Amino acid sequence: MSAYNSLTYNASLCIGCGECMMACAKAKTGSADDLSQSRIKIVVAEEGKYEAALCRQCGDAKCVMNCPSGALTKNQANGLIDWNADTCVNCLLCTVGCVYGGITFEASVGHVAKCDTCGGDPACVKVCKSGALGYVTTAAIYNDYGKEEDLFAPGLAACQGCNSELMIRHVLRKVGKNVVVAAPPGCIPGMGTVGYNGKAGAKVPIFHPLLTNTASMLAGLKRTYERQGREVTALALAGDGGASDVGFQSLSGAAERGERILFICFDNEGYMNTGMQASSATSFGSWTSTTPVGDKLQGKRTDAKNMPMVMMMHNAAYVATASSVYMEDFYEKLDKALEASKKGFAYLHLYAPCPSGWRFPAGLTIDICRLMVESNFVTLWDYEPDRGLVFTHPTDKPKPLESYLKAIGKYRHLAQEQVDRIKKLLEDRLAMLKRFAR
Amino acid sequence: MQDCTYLIVGSSHAGLTALDAIRMIDPEAPLIMATREDHLPYSPTVLPYVVSGRSIPKKVALRDEDYFKRQNVAFLRNAELKSLDVAASTARFEGGANVRYEKLLLATGAQPSIPPIPGLKDAFFHVLRTMDDALNLKSAMGSAKSALVLGAGLIGTHAAENMAEAGVKVTIVEAKGQVLPGYFDKDASALIETAFRKHGIALEFGRSVKEIKQGRAVLEDGAELPFDLLLIATGVRPQLSFLDGTGVKTANGIMVDEMQRTSAANVWAAGDCAEARMFQAQGTGVAGILPIAVEQGRIAGQAMVGDHGVKAFPGSVLLNTYSFFGQQAISVGIGEVADGETCLRIDEAAGTYLKIVLKDGKLMGVASVNNPIDPGILWQLILRRTDLSEVKDRFLADPKAVGRMLMSRLWR
Ligand SMILES: Cc1cc2nc3c(=O)[nH]c(=O)nc-3n(C[C@H](O)[C@H](O)[C@H](O)COP(=O)(O)OP(=O)(O)OC[C@H]3O[C@@H](n4cnc5c(N)ncnc54)[C@H](O)[C@@H]3O)c2cc1C
Repeated sequence: MSAYNSLTYNASLCIGCGECMMACAKAKTGSADDLSQSRIKIVVAEEGKYEAALCRQCGDAKCVMNCPSGALTKNQANGLIDWNADTCVNCLLCTVGCVYGGITFEASVGHVAKCDTCGGDPACVKVCKSGALGYVTTAAIYNDYGKEEDLFAPGLAACQGCNSELMIRHVLRKVGKNVVVAAPPGCIPGMGTVGYNGKAGAKVPIFHPLLTNTASMLAGLKRTYERQGREVTALALAGDGGASDVGFQSLSGAAERGERILFICFDNEGYMNTGMQASSATSFGSWTSTTPVGDKLQGKRTDAKNMPMVMMMHNAAYVATASSVYMEDFYEKLDKALEASKKGFAYLHLYAPCPSGWRFPAGLTIDICRLMVESNFVTLWDYEPDRGLVFTHPTDKPKPLESYLKAIGKYRHLAQEQVDRIKKLLEDRLAMLKRFAR
Repeated sequence: MQDCTYLIVGSSHAGLTALDAIRMIDPEAPLIMATREDHLPYSPTVLPYVVSGRSIPKKVALRDEDYFKRQNVAFLRNAELKSLDVAASTARFEGGANVRYEKLLLATGAQPSIPPIPGLKDAFFHVLRTMDDALNLKSAMGSAKSALVLGAGLIGTHAAENMAEAGVKVTIVEAKGQVLPGYFDKDASALIETAFRKHGIALEFGRSVKEIKQGRAVLEDGAELPFDLLLIATGVRPQLSFLDGTGVKTANGIMVDEMQRTSAANVWAAGDCAEARMFQAQGTGVAGILPIAVEQGRIAGQAMVGDHGVKAFPGSVLLNTYSFFGQQAISVGIGEVADGETCLRIDEAAGTYLKIVLKDGKLMGVASVNNPIDPGILWQLILRRTDLSEVKDRFLADPKAVGRMLMSRLWR
């Protein structure tokens, strides 16, 4: 089974200009005159608001199930619902199955018509100026890396909805087997990646350094391999505690010395596996078990240390922030980081929302990741010393910060002053980062 | 004795949809699909197009051999279910083969019901339910000059059109006063009838056949209608003799609950053979339409395999799409309701018709002729009892645009 590209529609951005329908009608009939020929239908919802009817290329398509003549099929290669003019008998039962208005009878051509994404290059998306229509091609990544071996065993004991588990599996699929992994105390070994007596959850050499000496131990291993003439990737999979608190001294030293290792920090803003204590990466106002909410305290009193910025100030060979909602961006950065780690120190900071510790439903992890970026709570960028900092996701039209804070239980108690302070902090940080951007 | 986890009898829409639902969750467990047909799975709905020549029998298969191989399914042809022992969980097939199942789905559909007209038993007549029926009708049609069709339901009207297009002089006799009773009202039906008459088809409404004699039918009033070819299309009903002695509860069909379970343990039923609750009426009924067979097949499959995503059957909404002589008629839900509100637009010259029935701000039914609507969306609006009061005027003016808007919002 493979993942597929898909057309997306964001109603809140649509301005109802109708360009998409014209482009579609033109692509399908050669003329933009008859908008009824368009396979995407923009309809007015209310004054200035629009909705769309469009084939969603369903995975369990009812139109296909309802077709008595075998004219509709789910194309396993590209995910499209294919319509075959030769075998279609015009019975219209497909239109009974579709709840989206995605396959409809078009009187002018005398048969049903539906979107075929123009063979993977949709004309409608190209003309959409508002950004309401998109064509998501991330699927290619999942298909490519899905073929690679998952180098962690199934059944790791991470919490439901764990973003870190998801991301370590991605990381090793890309990095491959020629690696030695350091996993200091934290959720990652806690879920069973590091074990003993042959019970490690990783299928590659993995070890469990102290929180304090992760980067130095890994650097020593790397040098030993180099001395033996072996080129092995030295990779740390650490939490934010292991990076920004207890592990900071050795990490800073390794970066300063330009050790040829890749250090990835999975930032879930605290010590989640030991009971959700705060770390220096915990954001201001957060509830944690050591920054409770009560008479005296309203969550954490201090701001989060901005680790990626701190690492940038080490002039490391490569520093980047990433999120699991922008996988193409993530893989590109992982590529660059791996390459850079052959010559010097590379640091990747992954934002890893934690359903158990942050108090949001496990099914919403990816949504939270997205909101986090879209509200500018975190920013995505990468940095190379001779090139400076480049933002990899626009920061100019953020969603309201409240939409992010409200979605997460650990911020439920926040008073307006606290929200204002976070806003101010985020603005200041963004302004500061912008000064590093070229 | 063969053993299997899942036994599905019948290889049409209900059975196949159930099979897919089972394999989605359980790709391995031994599964047997048995059909009395010699053909690969096909849909009865496609048969009028086989008769007309629009569809080539070879190309209408809903699945091929390779599909069954990939799905790890034993597909048994020429296997007619003869009897069941629900206590021992065994099924006996024509020729004596026995299968022991853990879970059984009956998806045996319906068969033409033959009215007790004197003389019919001894006459040669056609029906249209199986591929062989269609091929027989197709070849008989070639040499016939005149045909008599009993019944103006979907099957009768489809077949009448096929034969008229092939140059046969066709007469339809229908006891009720219109075509497609149950789906369309008299006004909509009138538009459809116009097309039929234009194509030379004689419609005899409100009349019934008293007796069939050699090459002619005698009507109640004594009039005689001669024919070369006789097609019986007076309705369908499930043929359930394999349940004799099992105690499985039946009425017109096999009684099922909202998970398609029958009254016997580990036996489910779906599609045209099942009698389930109705959504817009009291009591139960056999819906007899393809989309409901698909719905029920899916629920049965999910229930059998223990899929947590299974949702109870909400009840059958009657709906249909009907193409005739290049025109389209669609009906969703009910056309008449006490204390309802009806919006009717007929343009006889243009041959278009649209009727929308609301009650308490909720959609009850829509019927249209040559007035394209989205039946899938309207079906959902009925099932969800979506409150349309706020958009009522717009909805009545343009049910297509407003329906699309509402569903686009709902399915974000
Ligand atoms: C000519 C025609 C036109 C139609 N047009 C429409 C339409 O336009 N719209 C619509 O919604 N519906 C239409 N229908 C109805 C639609 O085809 C049925 O509702 C649908 O096929 C029901 O599916 P099913 O799987 O329940 O049963 P069926 O499709 O009837 O399949 C039952 C299967 O079980 C097999 N079987 C039966 N008994 C046994 C046994 N004892 N042992 C083994 N196998 C057995 C049969 O051979 C058959 O393969 C039409 C039907 C006909 C005949």
